[in-house]
Amino acid sequence: MIGEHLPIIVILTYCIAALLMPAAGLLHRKAPSILAFASGLAALVFSFMTLWKTVREGAFNYAVGAWPPPVGIELLADPLSAFFLVVINLVSTIVLFHAHFSDGKESGERSISYYACVMLMLGGFSGIVGTADLFNLFVFLEMSALAGYALLGNGSGRAAHSAFRYLILGTIGASFYLLGLGFIYVETGSLNMGDVSLILGDVGMQTTARIGFVFIIIGISLKMALLPLHQWLPDAYTDAPAMSTALIAPIGAKVAVYVLIRLMYDVFPVAPGDWAFPLHTILAIAGAAGIIWGSVMAIPQTNMKRMLAYSSVAQIGYIALGIGLATPFGYIGAVLHVFNHAIMKACLFLFSARLEKTGQGIRIDKLTPATRRRLPVSTACFVLAAISMIGLPPTAGFFSKWYLILGSLESGNGFYVVVILASSLLNAVYFFRIIERIYFGNTDTDALEPVRVRLTRRNLALVTLALSLLLAGLFNVWIVKSLIAPMVPAF
Amino acid sequence: MIEIIESYYAYWVCFLLLTVGLYGILFKQNLLKKVIGLTIFQASVILFFIIIAFKDGGTVPIYNEAFSTKEPLGYINPLPHALMLTAIVVGVATVGVALALLMRIHKAFGTIDESTLWKELRK
Amino acid sequence: MNAFFQASFLPLHAVLVSFLAVPAILLASRRPNLREGISLFAAVAKFALVLALLGSVLDGNRPVLELLQIAPGISLSLAVDPLGIFFALVASGLWILTTVYSIGYMRGNREGGQTRYYASFALSLSATIGIAFSANLLTFLLFYELLTLATYPLVVHKETPAAIRAGRMYLAYALSAGLLFLAGTIWLQSRTGMGSFTAGGFIAEGLFSSWELTSLFLLFMVGVGVKAGIMPLHSWLPAAMVAPTPVSALLHAVAVVKSGAFGVLRITGFVFGPETMREQGLDLLLACFAGATILLASIIALKQDDLKKRLAFSTIGHLSYIVMGAALASTAAFTGSVLHLSAHALMKITLFLCAGAIYVHAHKTRVSELDGLGRSMPWTFGAFAIGSLGLAGIPPVNGFISKWWLASGSLESGYPLVLGIFLLSGLLNAGYFFPIVIRGFFHAPAETEEGAHAHPASEASPWMVVPLCLTAALAIVFGIMPDFPLPFFDLARQIAESVTLSGPGLLPPSG
Repeated sequence: MIGEHLPIIVILTYCIAALLMPAAGLLHRKAPSILAFASGLAALVFSFMTLWKTVREGAFNYAVGAWPPPVGIELLADPLSAFFLVVINLVSTIVLFHAHFSDGKESGERSISYYACVMLMLGGFSGIVGTADLFNLFVFLEMSALAGYALLGNGSGRAAHSAFRYLILGTIGASFYLLGLGFIYVETGSLNMGDVSLILGDVGMQTTARIGFVFIIIGISLKMALLPLHQWLPDAYTDAPAMSTALIAPIGAKVAVYVLIRLMYDVFPVAPGDWAFPLHTILAIAGAAGIIWGSVMAIPQTNMKRMLAYSSVAQIGYIALGIGLATPFGYIGAVLHVFNHAIMKACLFLFSARLEKTGQGIRIDKLTPATRRRLPVSTACFVLAAISMIGLPPTAGFFSKWYLILGSLESGNGFYVVVILASSLLNAVYFFRIIERIYFGNTDTDALEPVRVRLTRRNLALVTLALSLLLAGLFNVWIVKSLIAPMVPAF
Repeated sequence: MIEIIESYYAYWVCFLLLTVGLYGILFKQNLLKKVIGLTIFQASVILFFIIIAFKDGGTVPIYNEAFSTKEPLGYINPLPHALMLTAIVVGVATVGVALALLMRIHKAFGTIDESTLWKELRK
Repeated sequence: MNAFFQASFLPLHAVLVSFLAVPAILLASRRPNLREGISLFAAVAKFALVLALLGSVLDGNRPVLELLQIAPGISLSLAVDPLGIFFALVASGLWILTTVYSIGYMRGNREGGQTRYYASFALSLSATIGIAFSANLLTFLLFYELLTLATYPLVVHKETPAAIRAGRMYLAYALSAGLLFLAGTIWLQSRTGMGSFTAGGFIAEGLFSSWELTSLFLLFMVGVGVKAGIMPLHSWLPAAMVAPTPVSALLHAVAVVKSGAFGVLRITGFVFGPETMREQGLDLLLACFAGATILLASIIALKQDDLKKRLAFSTIGHLSYIVMGAALASTAAFTGSVLHLSAHALMKITLFLCAGAIYVHAHKTRVSELDGLGRSMPWTFGAFAIGSLGLAGIPPVNGFISKWWLASGSLESGYPLVLGIFLLSGLLNAGYFFPIVIRGFFHAPAETEEGAHAHPASEASPWMVVPLCLTAALAIVFGIMPDFPLPFFDLARQIAESVTLSGPGLLPPSG
């Protein structure tokens, strides 16, 4: 009975939690973070149920308020959206767990508004993934984005400034999306994804629709920080409070990736080989350029968060490349990398959060073996995530690269293979720079301080993420065959 | 040429507004003016939707004896208006968040001038 | 769960036993005796498991174990064939001796970070056995990269700036090589599917055009060639000699570099196959690089004063003997090539262990400082002499046998020039090793004023001397009786015949 309402339940869970947040805050100092974690967990369970239902019974729709589409708003749960829903909620729940048990910073008065924003943002993310209505998507996009600006700006003055710049660019992106939507509406007279797809399938992509779609793509690229439009990302992620970054960096851009995949493959009939409108090729080239640029820029950074942010730019490049390749393996690689990268980045940013929390700072040139001795387990998790970022087997990162390379070969383009391999090396450079510092160096002064290897609630989230990287690597075939294969469109 | 401009003048105005807004966002040093630019930019997009809903000779989409429900073509399209109501709300919220951030910036640095801010940030 | 303990899982057990020792070693970090006990136990257990598998392989069984599908159509699988068991025997057997030696070396030298050392050591052995038993290219790559990661902490063990630089260099070389190997693997497997190693090669005709085959071959060869130290990909190896001597001994004479050489054998014999290589002229290409490496490395070794660097360049030269045999790929040459894998391992580990004993006990690292040291350390220098004789190819040490087969293989394949290279290199070997022995035994000790620089009066600790004497003795035993106590010659012969006498299509694929 609950099954058919699942798409809306996930979104409502977060919205209701956001409304309840003030009450929870009055109840107890720690209640907001518990409520946030609990609703994340509930949403995760509902997302898993959605995924289970789509895998077993196929895609299903939900008409909000029982208004039949295309008049009413429609929600859609298909393998693609259910998979993204699980990724978003899985990672955010783990981070929220960490936020409650390890990071006491946001407790007290401010925690009410902080966690209310978190809930609104996650609700927005879930909504973007769940909706089948183009305008509704815009609303959710802005809902999550506004909460995101608040979360990122909730730190020093510097953070506020970076968040402000993100806000300006993000709003431009959203407005571009809206403008493009206008063109699409003029052409089709509908905003329902299925409807638009049907109509455009009949009449083909005319000039108006093409202009509109280009505007939409630009808007979405801004949101996902695809190469020439990535400038907001490094500052925003670096200056923000540790917990906000850990929450937003792994999944924020992924939601935009979802929109891109959905629009490019399901809604707008864009042929990969159409040289008059070569969106796929442009996307792949932008992705490849992003891979190289992000990796190169990550190398000289001295601030670990900024380094990770640039690495995010590179990883978004991988995903864009996979989408742009327009081959089954490229598509699989992109979607798998969304999952893998979300876990890796959460793990890496949580480690930097641990560093900040324990007062060791995140300046790379100040890291010493003392760091590892204080946080042995967290550091080990960091190393595992780093290895996965570099893409060494059998970690998850290796396999997304495997599929992406297969996809590049499939598209007959050896150039992308070179790019992917080169970026692996660049990744190795900037991660081993840190590993070298934390593991090898002058150990004389602190050699006597005992190392305590223990699993505590403070590093449990990191350990979970690191282990799931190994598991996701070993069982990638299962993930690909049962979860990703059903969503791959016919090429 | 003149005809093109004439028949699409509303779109040209809309386009002009969009450029003005973008100009403000990109080239104004005062962050508050950037926010104003952003508002103009958003207004132009909202206007665009209103323009595409317009119909020559159409009337406001409120029940009208002259057309009743039998001739829906007599009304202008109400859907974009509804959408834009939402978009306006979103825009207001955006400005709200932007101003809140600006207040925090001002509190921390004592200025909202971009070039001065960069100097402060580089310290 | 019960199935896990059945005999069919033996290959997995052989890989896992040292892998499971890693956490145990880490947990026992504060109790050195227990920690070393675990290492030793894991080493012995690993060797016993490999021996158990050897029996089954000699009976003609080829245990194959498919674990799980790790990429579409490709499973993570272990298979034990004669070549795999051959390499596993060498690596796991020598691990026992090296562990014993390590205990003496690390304690005698009071090194820091010993827990990390033993843990990484156990992990690299797991990776090595995994490489030996890999049934297909992806599994091979997986363990190959694991080996890189596991040996990295060993290379930077001393944590000095030089060690960290060497570590960076090692990673840069090894990771780039791994990436090229990955590119080759994906390219090959996207057309052939699983890509299981098959004696005589499995690339069907017409699947790749001629230039594609050549570039594929180059990708793979650079991939394994870095670890095999083929010039010009060798520079990391001398630099990595900053590592503690047992590391250099096992990893840079046995595990790491031999994994590279083993990879060369796998790629030439079991992926491309002698026939395809000959048709494409790839054998000549590889032979040119190998021949140049043999000669150049020997000449460079002549000029090295640092004992370990001299050994390193000698290693580079001898690895290319193996590569040369694989390139010629006649039955005799391949036999010699495989035999040299074990022979060189035994002899070179002896030499490295001697160098380590000299360093710990007498604090000497340079050849020019060794005058007269043989008189106070007769066992060490005796073993060193045996190793040198063997590497120069003088009977009755086992180096003679492998060189004999390599030489006759070069005639069999019709490249008499290669025979000349072998002979010249033998002379050069004598030229850079014998002076050390002569200095040690017959030169008078250099006169020093400070007592600290004088030679110690006695032999090094028995923890170190016994293993190195054992390896030297084994080198002689195998030189006289190549099939006793372990049937190395028999195995090598089987491997060579399976590779050279079967082309694609002649035998059903074994995987």
